[in-house]
Amino acid sequence: MSKEPVAVVGIGQTKHVAARRDVSIAGLVREAAGRALEDAELTWADIDAVVIGKAPDFFEGVMMPELYLADALGAVGKPMLRVHTAGSVGGSTALVATNLIAGRVHGTVLTLAYEKQSESNAMWGLSLPIPFQQPLLAGAGGFFAPHVRAYMRRTGAPDTVGSLVAYKDRRNALKNPYAHLHEHDITLEKVQASPMLWDPIRYSETCPSSDGACAMILTDRAGAARSPRPPAWMHGGAMRSEPTLFAGKDFVSPQAGKDCAADVYRQAGIADPRRDIDAVEMYVPFSWYEPMWLENLGFAEEGEGWKLTESGVTELDGDLPVNMSGGVLSTNPIGASGMIRFAEAALQVRGQAGDHQVDGARRVLGHAYGGGSQFFSMWLVGAAPPAS
Amino acid sequence: MPPIRDIAVVAFAQTDHRRTSDELSEVEMLIPVLHDVLDRTGLKTSDIGFTCSGSTDYLAGRAFSFTMALDGVGAWPPISESHVEMDGAWALYEAWTKLLTGDADTALVYAYGKSSPGSVRDVLSRQLDPYYVAPLWPDSVALAALQAQALIDAGDTDEPALAGVAARSRSSAATNSHAQVRGSRAQGEYLVRPLRTGDCPPIGDGAAAVILAAGERARELCERPAWIRGIDHRIEAHSLGVRDLTDSPSTRLAAERAGAFERPVDTAELHAPFTSQEVVLRKALRLDDGVDVNPSGGALAANPVMAAGLIRIGEAAARIHRGESDRALAHATSGPCLQQNLVAVLEGDAR
Repeated sequence: MSKEPVAVVGIGQTKHVAARRDVSIAGLVREAAGRALEDAELTWADIDAVVIGKAPDFFEGVMMPELYLADALGAVGKPMLRVHTAGSVGGSTALVATNLIAGRVHGTVLTLAYEKQSESNAMWGLSLPIPFQQPLLAGAGGFFAPHVRAYMRRTGAPDTVGSLVAYKDRRNALKNPYAHLHEHDITLEKVQASPMLWDPIRYSETCPSSDGACAMILTDRAGAARSPRPPAWMHGGAMRSEPTLFAGKDFVSPQAGKDCAADVYRQAGIADPRRDIDAVEMYVPFSWYEPMWLENLGFAEEGEGWKLTESGVTELDGDLPVNMSGGVLSTNPIGASGMIRFAEAALQVRGQAGDHQVDGARRVLGHAYGGGSQFFSMWLVGAAPPAS
Repeated sequence: MPPIRDIAVVAFAQTDHRRTSDELSEVEMLIPVLHDVLDRTGLKTSDIGFTCSGSTDYLAGRAFSFTMALDGVGAWPPISESHVEMDGAWALYEAWTKLLTGDADTALVYAYGKSSPGSVRDVLSRQLDPYYVAPLWPDSVALAALQAQALIDAGDTDEPALAGVAARSRSSAATNSHAQVRGSRAQGEYLVRPLRTGDCPPIGDGAAAVILAAGERARELCERPAWIRGIDHRIEAHSLGVRDLTDSPSTRLAAERAGAFERPVDTAELHAPFTSQEVVLRKALRLDDGVDVNPSGGALAANPVMAAGLIRIGEAAARIHRGESDRALAHATSGPCLQQNLVAVLEGDAR
């Protein structure tokens, strides 16, 4: 028994911005889905099922919004699944959709993730008081800053590395028409002079709050053969989870992340990720997570990730480009951020990434994480169909 | 196209469903159920190939509530795991697709919901169209009453018939030690006309868990596995104004795709929180009086939101495990007035 190969034949995003006041939530998701269908040259009637994901329902104040969105996504009369795995949800959603094809339940599936943060307040959504549980109070930055500090102490990384990442990602975003932040006057000095929010994380080293949606059309071998543009083929995909808090947890380099990457590499036949993978779309909501994840994902030895960043390896024209699209640091509709990583990885191997295309990108990793660095989802896509 | 791999429900466990469980967190409510379901197969968390859960943040009143529930599973070393913000029946569907790919041979599926901390009628109104409908706060009982009245107006049922559904469900629940409302009970006053208290589900807290296994693994873990012969789910338009509330085309289509009409079933566990919804479902599923409908008492006897659909699959499977059924249908619903519906067909090996 072998799995059906899965191909990405359509990708659509909205122009991510702080507030899309011109559309409802339904209008926002339909825009991305429509663009994905257009890319695949398919119609709503070609879609067998819809898999939708987003981060907490409290972010917009709509409980189980897939019910309300069924009409807008052409799902009436079809199966519709709703995934929620915290910040990793965009990636997990794509993987759930993938399984519908790999398991030969459906031939062509629309998968979509979104967040319309302007319709609520994410800080409020994350700060509801719960009896007998430690409140987060300071939002996500307050939770992650101590882990960044732990990374710096552990590796001896100079405190300039974070600003290099932010400067790079914001420059990459200028080449991506869908990116939220387009800071044309960005300089390294401006990043370094921005206010300190959660020491050592500065204002310009944090992600924005965005409204946006990302959609993909996934299909089987027969569907890929009909694709008008080169498909991206999935070579490996995995999810891993571990508990939020426990004595043995390594917040700097969680075991779940390592295991997830190892599973994907095994499926994809990747022996040496640094050599075998051409580029990475990585979930970096705070700049320091680039060197941290470079180690966690096996691109660098422990303690060495920051050296790759510092030496320019992860620049758009470097040896291992990271976040060619501008990444989460430039665009963060939370629930969609993971799917954007997956979709941008697919765009690269399809050769469709426009000004932020990496020449000759054949195998690209899409990565997402969520919760207290406890949920991971990743996929590796290639320009060629998988071997088996 | 038949499934490429045989997958079965091999174990099922649930809490005793109760009106309140103030002294327990969700994790504390869940842990005994997880232990129970694992004990039935002798498996440990680390033996499970894939884990998937169903719940909703809106019952917990906080974002990311499922992240804490994961602690109850004991996800260390790290596990392959996912979550749907839906009833656990859809988590089971996701797990089923995962097993179909061959990436895992066993799956743990769980779901939980505590309705007691808030007003579940108000909470469910938050799943309505956020711009035009939700601001009016129409509650779940009022919407079900609209559906019930439409059925009465169409001549599909009447109040005594609905009372009969309620009485039958609760007398069936008399032998179900997990049920919240058991035995005979007065139909009570109108809650929202034409629905009386007895036509409505109890409000309560509870959890459930199921283990799935593929092929030979299922036979090793269970004497009489409940094979999933088909499972499908469909959604309808959201707005009540564009739906015929006396019918459920999504249930009919899901049943057709799941193969429910190929041969008669002997048992049907229907997720019908309101008596009137059983009328709609019986018609869509073409169930006649020969079918034992809701021998557990159904959602009218216990309706832990987000777990009640998974419990239908678990109850149907457990009857097959015990040899009380050979071919059973299980149904789960989501959304106002049966907007989204899932149907599974389960079979035991021939005896």
